[in-house]
Amino acid sequence: MVDWAGEWETGLWLAAVAGAGATYFWRGLGVAISRHLRPSGPLFEWVACIAYGLLAGLVGRMIVLPLGALQHTAMEARLGSAAVALGVYFLTRRNQFAGIAAGTGAMILWIW
Amino acid sequence: MNTASGPSFASPGGAILGGARDAFGVPVIVLGASYVGFGSLVRESGFGLGFGLFSTFSAWALPGQVALVELYSVGSSLFIITIAVLLTNARLMPMVMTLAPMFRDPATPRWKVYMAAHCIAVTAWVAAMKRCPTLPVEQRLPYFAGFAVLLWATSMGGTAAGFFLAGQVPEPVSLGLVFLNPIYFMLVLATGPQQRTKLAAVILGLVLGPALHLVTPDWGLLITGVVAGTAGYGLGRLMEKRRG
Repeated sequence: MVDWAGEWETGLWLAAVAGAGATYFWRGLGVAISRHLRPSGPLFEWVACIAYGLLAGLVGRMIVLPLGALQHTAMEARLGSAAVALGVYFLTRRNQFAGIAAGTGAMILWIW
Repeated sequence: MNTASGPSFASPGGAILGGARDAFGVPVIVLGASYVGFGSLVRESGFGLGFGLFSTFSAWALPGQVALVELYSVGSSLFIITIAVLLTNARLMPMVMTLAPMFRDPATPRWKVYMAAHCIAVTAWVAAMKRCPTLPVEQRLPYFAGFAVLLWATSMGGTAAGFFLAGQVPEPVSLGLVFLNPIYFMLVLATGPQQRTKLAAVILGLVLGPALHLVTPDWGLLITGVVAGTAGYGLGRLMEKRRG
């Protein structure tokens, strides 16, 4: 535990603190701005649409163009597993758990 | 609208328990497994458990945490990492903006809402957006707290479990667990939005996300959110009007 103060570790912890700050930044800002937002108004619905647009954009990016280790998996494996997840989800009458388990399982088998 | 209802609770304490009960099940399993993936990623990247737990405790928004670990591993600068996490997590602001007004109650001090905001992330947001409108206003924050704090604790447990399991499970399994997060978010998108406006935003976002990432990796996601959200809102409104 002594070498936690080493330079390499310091950089990591600085990144961790910066990452936490960058994450809470949006949350704190959201509370501050929400004071002026009336639930069920058109502005409210537009903001909710942006939330879904951002989430969908992130999901598309994470599946099609992932960072890190997933980059080395085949595109067919990622798209195929996503399709399996969606297929099982709808076949099981929208059972989220079944869809996730099937999609993750398909990915594991695909890259085994 | 409020089909996912159920009765209100007898007391705020009951609402906390009710929230925890709703989280106990698929949300706990899925988020726990996602964080097992994160914990093993931390270990395999050569970082300590303390870092992993701190990250889950202080950020608790998985895609940003994963981006941080991966970018740090390849030697990105602190500035690049901060910007990447910032852009990855922009979805949290509109989520907080739409959930926080539901907690608005003269008896609730602002600082409580600021604290609750730390726990607003995809899973708890979707659940609370569904359930809170059916609850009396003084029970909404307790319900959310019960739901989110149990999930948060589970995420910490998952991070630790993944850290200890890393190396003991074959690599495809830990990679599969990292991939579980986008799969899960994708099914949240298939479940969550019921209005045409949001559905249109989701479809546009799925297409624009990767496309704009190719054009501008830095700003692609932010532009996607604003364009897909705004166009989706407009298109959905148009369709609703046409159908009367």
